[in-house]
Amino acid sequence: MTSTFLPDKRSGPDTAPPAPAGGPAPGRARRRVLHWLTAVSFQVPALALFGLLVLLPMLFALYASFFRWGGFGMPSDSIGADNFTRLFDDPVFLGDLWRCLVLVVFSLALQLPFALAMAVLLNQRLRGRAFYRMLFFAPYILSEVITGILFSMIFAPDDGLADHVLGGVGLDGIGGEWFSDPSTVMATVFLVMMWKYFGFHMMLYLAGLQSIPAELTEAAIVDGAGPWQRFRNVTLPLLAPTLRISVFLSVIGSIQLFDLVWVITAGGPDHHSETMAITMFQYGFKRYQVGYASAISVVIFGISLVFALAYQRFVLRRDLEGATTTMRGGGQ
Amino acid sequence: MGEPALSRRGFLAASAAAGLSITALSGCGGGSDGGSSGTTTLEWWHIMTTEPAKGVWASLARQFESQNPKVKIKIVALENEAYKSKMTALTASGKLPDIFHTWGGGVLKQQADAGLVEDLTDRTKDWAGTLLPVAKEPYLLDEKVYGIPDDIGMVGFWYNKALFKKAGIAAPPTTWSGFLDAVRALKSAGVAPIALAGKEKWPGMYYWAYLAMRTAGIDALQKAADSKDFTGAGFVEAGEHLKELVALQPFQKGFLGAAYSGPTGQSAAVGNGKAAMELMGQWAPTVERTEGKGLGANLGFFPFPTVEGGKGALTEVFGGGGGLALRQGAPQAAVDFLKFFASAGTNRELVKKTGTLPVVTAAEDALTDPNLKAVQAQLKATTGFQLYLDQAYAPAVGQEVNDSVAGLVAGSKSPEQVAQSITKVAKEEQ
Repeated sequence: MTSTFLPDKRSGPDTAPPAPAGGPAPGRARRRVLHWLTAVSFQVPALALFGLLVLLPMLFALYASFFRWGGFGMPSDSIGADNFTRLFDDPVFLGDLWRCLVLVVFSLALQLPFALAMAVLLNQRLRGRAFYRMLFFAPYILSEVITGILFSMIFAPDDGLADHVLGGVGLDGIGGEWFSDPSTVMATVFLVMMWKYFGFHMMLYLAGLQSIPAELTEAAIVDGAGPWQRFRNVTLPLLAPTLRISVFLSVIGSIQLFDLVWVITAGGPDHHSETMAITMFQYGFKRYQVGYASAISVVIFGISLVFALAYQRFVLRRDLEGATTTMRGGGQ
Repeated sequence: MGEPALSRRGFLAASAAAGLSITALSGCGGGSDGGSSGTTTLEWWHIMTTEPAKGVWASLARQFESQNPKVKIKIVALENEAYKSKMTALTASGKLPDIFHTWGGGVLKQQADAGLVEDLTDRTKDWAGTLLPVAKEPYLLDEKVYGIPDDIGMVGFWYNKALFKKAGIAAPPTTWSGFLDAVRALKSAGVAPIALAGKEKWPGMYYWAYLAMRTAGIDALQKAADSKDFTGAGFVEAGEHLKELVALQPFQKGFLGAAYSGPTGQSAAVGNGKAAMELMGQWAPTVERTEGKGLGANLGFFPFPTVEGGKGALTEVFGGGGGLALRQGAPQAAVDFLKFFASAGTNRELVKKTGTLPVVTAAEDALTDPNLKAVQAQLKATTGFQLYLDQAYAPAVGQEVNDSVAGLVAGSKSPEQVAQSITKVAKEEQ
């Protein structure tokens, strides 16, 4: 944001050219101050809100994570990094990290390719195309809580839809315990996640696909490229920016997953579907160990931050290069 | 949410429960209280989100308002777990509602220690004597009164007489080995013996707590909390007895994922006759009727059996109730409301209309349900009373009991590990 107001680094036609060697003329300096004032006065309200509602609580959570603190009054019992060492000794939290990785891998390996396939399919001329698009997007519009309740009913033992349907084809009894069997609960939760979110990624891809000029595909056809070659060498490269964004959103979503799992299993059975956010909630709001819960939240934040920065630095760099918001020449 | 027709208030409360903001509710219910001087508005938070209690409590508030024209009562009703979470956040902010629901015990003590709860010892002593002593116990902390009960009860087995008969069980068991035999008989009769909500951990905790009371004895539970040591022989033994039960696979299909309420939950399983019994508090019959069909005359109650060679007696009960506490510095009108709520007239209405057990001695005549009468008789003959562990102990310890017992039931923790992990958390809590 601030880069717009750094004239010495800009060379765009709408701003002042670099100052001559003799120093800026007085009128130009005044204009620069005015620029700054305008910028600051526009930003102050937003920055104040952001600081008060986002930065301050985050900093406070970081502070609280070094205390044994029950959430009453101000934290006073400082215990250094004990919360963090305890955290990385806790089999439940280590399990959370593992399950997070599993979800990320599943999302990238199954959900996104599926969404892409559906997007390519629904980008064809097809009778009822708009209807299908809407249908597949619909789960994304449902709230997480409604989705959770819906699926806990579908997979309810004995009375659930899954049990009835599977019973109807002779697979009696395997439909009911998907959420209550430790060995299947994660796969089932992932199934629900996939059902809920693939439509969103599909929509992203559809938008990306529509922006690919038809001429390119036509040219490829003229050159004798088959369908797979056209997809591999024309569609996929041009869709890459969209893919990169959707991978990013998918990973961050998996790291912070809470509500869907909370409603369906509350992390159970026996912690087998617990996520980091659920562990944090358990300690913060059930056990009143707010210091420890803060440490968990700090770790979640740290993981998200490291991922986001690394992803932007190494993967999104090309996409961000042309963006007006980056500081040109300032990239380290 | 199987109510056939929602009243307007019912609709508003239901939509609040469904996630619409609470302000929508209070905006409609509260009316304007800004301009008129001298009007006190009391905010009252409780957990009665299902009928009939929800409606009865609201009409009682209106009744109090009509008797006290200068007082307005703003009700916020939240579901159990949502209430606990919300209260945690409020406690951290340092300001509680004027009148709020409490279960007493460790959580109330934490709030009181933080100076957030009004000491009612002097302000209620004129009329507190009319209340049943056992009902007042959870809110007595260091001999000070921090809350007034509106409900009292205990946990025991609620069973389906027809299914017991089908399995050839003549009388409810009174010993643990007899209980295990009954479970075996029910299983071989093709009936799921016990419904358990494995997703929520507190219903499983009841088994371990009662077994500990029966093996180690009721004093040992208090002593263990004080010395922060739960590794004594009686506690490990309690876990072993629970393990014996789990080994019989007595629970309904998919119990590890089952909730307590809801159409597929523990309560519905018993209420619809799919499981023969559940270990649950005195509210069980009401919930069985709301979530399932209810058992009617087939419903029976028996106390938790004794364990052979254990120190506990059949007359020692595990339970708790609900009460109302006031925030520190609450206005006199709030104390007046407590007095109104704990009066014999109000209590009689609660007993008649919401199925709670009387907390006012004079209201006992209002009790007609034979099962609840059995519970009431049991409560009056009590020789020892243990408050729910997740309320009696500090929250972290109570949750660890729930959590590690859930591990035992799921087969991932041994009885020794349960005792050790509870001890570990208790020691960490200073």
